Amino acid sequence: MLYSLAAMLRAAEWAVTAAFALATYLVLVLWTGGIGLWSLSELIAGAVLSAIVGMVAAPILWERGGFRILQPHRWVLFFFYLVGPFFLAMARANLDVAFRVITGRIRPGIVRFNPGLKTDLGKTLLANSITLTPGTLTVDVDDATGDFYVHWINVKSLEPKPEEVCGPFPSWARRIAE
Amino acid sequence: MIGELSFGVAAVVLAAFMGVSVLRLAIGPTAADRAVALDTVNTLVVTTMVLLGAAFGQVVYVDVAIVYALLSFVGTLYIARYLEGGLK
Amino acid sequence: MNVLIYIFLAIGAVFNGLGAVALLRFPDVYTRIHGATKCTTFGSIFSILAVVIYGFWRGGGQGGTLAVHALIALLFLLLTNPTGSHALARGAHRGGIRPFRAVVDRLEEKR
Repeated sequence: MLYSLAAMLRAAEWAVTAAFALATYLVLVLWTGGIGLWSLSELIAGAVLSAIVGMVAAPILWERGGFRILQPHRWVLFFFYLVGPFFLAMARANLDVAFRVITGRIRPGIVRFNPGLKTDLGKTLLANSITLTPGTLTVDVDDATGDFYVHWINVKSLEPKPEEVCGPFPSWARRIAE
Repeated sequence: MIGELSFGVAAVVLAAFMGVSVLRLAIGPTAADRAVALDTVNTLVVTTMVLLGAAFGQVVYVDVAIVYALLSFVGTLYIARYLEGGLK
Repeated sequence: MNVLIYIFLAIGAVFNGLGAVALLRFPDVYTRIHGATKCTTFGSIFSILAVVIYGFWRGGGQGGTLAVHALIALLFLLLTNPTGSHALARGAHRGGIRPFRAVVDRLEEKR
């Protein structure tokens, strides 16, 4: 029974990876022929290739679990996060950099804070968000403790709270990924 | 079709910025500086290729840009690993 | 629609140029990564969005293909750019480059 459960899990991992690869391929070869929007040869090639990709990539991608991201409401949240607070912060970041390029006024330092995220996906999301938003750049993440080491271009306090460095992003990352 | 010409102009402007980045690539005091400049040039190359694809009406250019983006990412990761001192 | 494309191309060019200038102007590796990554990513978003709008506006098979492929290129750029710069910053710090005039360096204290 246990063995068959593990086998089913492997099969599910393979199916999800192959489906994702197939979807990517089909988007890339849109408008090539008569069956729907695709030609027959493209459909066959896509099926074969995505099966192979699933076999090769599934054991690596799902090594540490993470099926949570397959829940669709997380995708909707992620989309709203991208077009809403993230985009605004990014626009602000660029004006900030423009200001600093012109005036040359910087007070850099590497600070540490702990947003309390546990999953790999949450940490990746937060680290990338921090890098693209005002005045901050993730230098290192301690996997064991979850500490973030962030290069801050305008240090305001030596022991900052997560909210001081990156605003509402930790709570968004928790909502999307955990 | 005035639009296509404007894409070409934008691509030329980005090529000029690429030249500015190459300046940092040439004078950068440390290896890390040069790596950062190379990363910037890679991003600009991808954007320029997409713009040129629109300017010439060739979708193939955009496909090349996609592959270039992924390959240059792998290259950047390897350079970063080298900077760490991991490739001896 | 033409005006929208011009505006997007202009914004993209300005911010890409800002990234290149930031690369020359800032004093050390980390601040250069700041400027270069943020500005080129933001500029590329607008430049490629102009291509996407142009593709959908022209329509048909070729225009649609152009737009969708440009969108995929943008997606990959958004995923890979911050990750690559993060790897470079980490590599630089482990390679022994200290931040210029830093008021605090917690990562150094850890080792």
